[in-house]
Amino acid sequence: MPTINFTSALKRFFPDLEAEQIDGANVSEVLQNLEKIHPGICDYIVDEQGELRKHVNIFVDGELIQDREKLQDAVGEKDELFIFQALSGG
Amino acid sequence: MKLLVGTTKGLVVFEEKDGEWSIKDHYFLGMPVSTIYVDERNNIWWASLAHRHWGQKLHYSEDEGKTWPPVAPPKYPAGSLLASGKAAKLKKIWSIQADGKAGGKGIYVGTEPGGLFYKPDLSAPFSLVESLWNHPSRSDNNQWFGAGRDHPFLHSIEIHPDNPDHIYIAVSCAGVFESKDGGKSWEPKNRGLIAAYLPNPDVEVGHDPHMMHICKSNPEVIWQQNHCGIFRSTDGGENWKLLSDPKKVPHYGFALTIDHDNPDRAYVIPALSDEMRIAPDLALRVYLTEDGGRSWEALTKGLPQANCFDIIFRHSFDIAGQKLAFGSSTGNLYLSEDGGESWNCLSSSLARIDSLCFIP
Repeated sequence: MPTINFTSALKRFFPDLEAEQIDGANVSEVLQNLEKIHPGICDYIVDEQGELRKHVNIFVDGELIQDREKLQDAVGEKDELFIFQALSGG
Repeated sequence: MKLLVGTTKGLVVFEEKDGEWSIKDHYFLGMPVSTIYVDERNNIWWASLAHRHWGQKLHYSEDEGKTWPPVAPPKYPAGSLLASGKAAKLKKIWSIQADGKAGGKGIYVGTEPGGLFYKPDLSAPFSLVESLWNHPSRSDNNQWFGAGRDHPFLHSIEIHPDNPDHIYIAVSCAGVFESKDGGKSWEPKNRGLIAAYLPNPDVEVGHDPHMMHICKSNPEVIWQQNHCGIFRSTDGGENWKLLSDPKKVPHYGFALTIDHDNPDRAYVIPALSDEMRIAPDLALRVYLTEDGGRSWEALTKGLPQANCFDIIFRHSFDIAGQKLAFGSSTGNLYLSEDGGESWNCLSSSLARIDSLCFIP
């Protein structure tokens, strides 16, 4: 099962957030399952059309995801996901 | 009495005790609090956050700030398209207003891009007011368009004090719209406004109101600070009359507040021209009219009159009886307790102030 890691900035809104294993064959599925554990968190990561927010990045196995609109980048069983805020403002 | 101040780095609560004002609390530290609103029916405090990374959020407090539960922010339904054909997405919450129904908790929210949303109570989700979204002018980018922002935004929502189904909204840029049937249908109400930035300044839709208030004791009177001057209507928005001279001050600006007990009395805080956006003459001046806008008196006592770069944004000026407060683009907060005759600086070290309101 893939492991998902979060920027510490998200812990301000979801204090119980820790790196954890979440099922899913692509980024979208992982986020859907994440939402079940932490209701409301996906609204911080994607917009109302389901697209990755402009200033949020997701890495899979060290690589930025390619599909920021439908989040269909594949996720392997042993992959690590990282959700970061994009650097902005220096 | 309290004064809630929404800044780009948090919500700051000032409180008056024994005639002295001081900071009592602060919330959302480090977060941009873009709109503050207090529902006078139930003392629910609303705060919208404009996160740079995480999107627009909306919180409320039923215990004067002790707790701030989130509510799901407005969402444009799938298939909602901008005039450009791109999908509409929530860019910013610009205004919050109680729906005017006695005893209720329903609110309207005005958004960018150009949306009006309604939330009938605390638990129900927001829904887009489709009748306004589907108004034929909205999808014409010659009529609804961004000014200073990428998209048109709905910054003023005014409810007739005697009839919650009678609603006025103002959009920058599009203009003023009126509904008399609870938001089922909308009519532009821009006759007499001037769109000096268009080839035809007399368009039906395409105006740039910056701020609009309806007089609660005489709701036929509506004031607006517009990009192209200060206007007033005395017939419920049917006709607007220009009250300012483009060659003089006040004329351009954002901040407007009115005396709800006297339809001839209003205050503005001008800015110098759209291309400069600084205090005129680098002096901070509040202007008062007591004759329906025929003349304006500069109120300066206690305000800096040199080397002053502040401007006052549209939601950063409020009135409560003889008390007035405004906050500036450079984080200065001023208070008057004598109807604007004299002013005291409550703080000169806040972050940019985007919104403020009194709680009696």
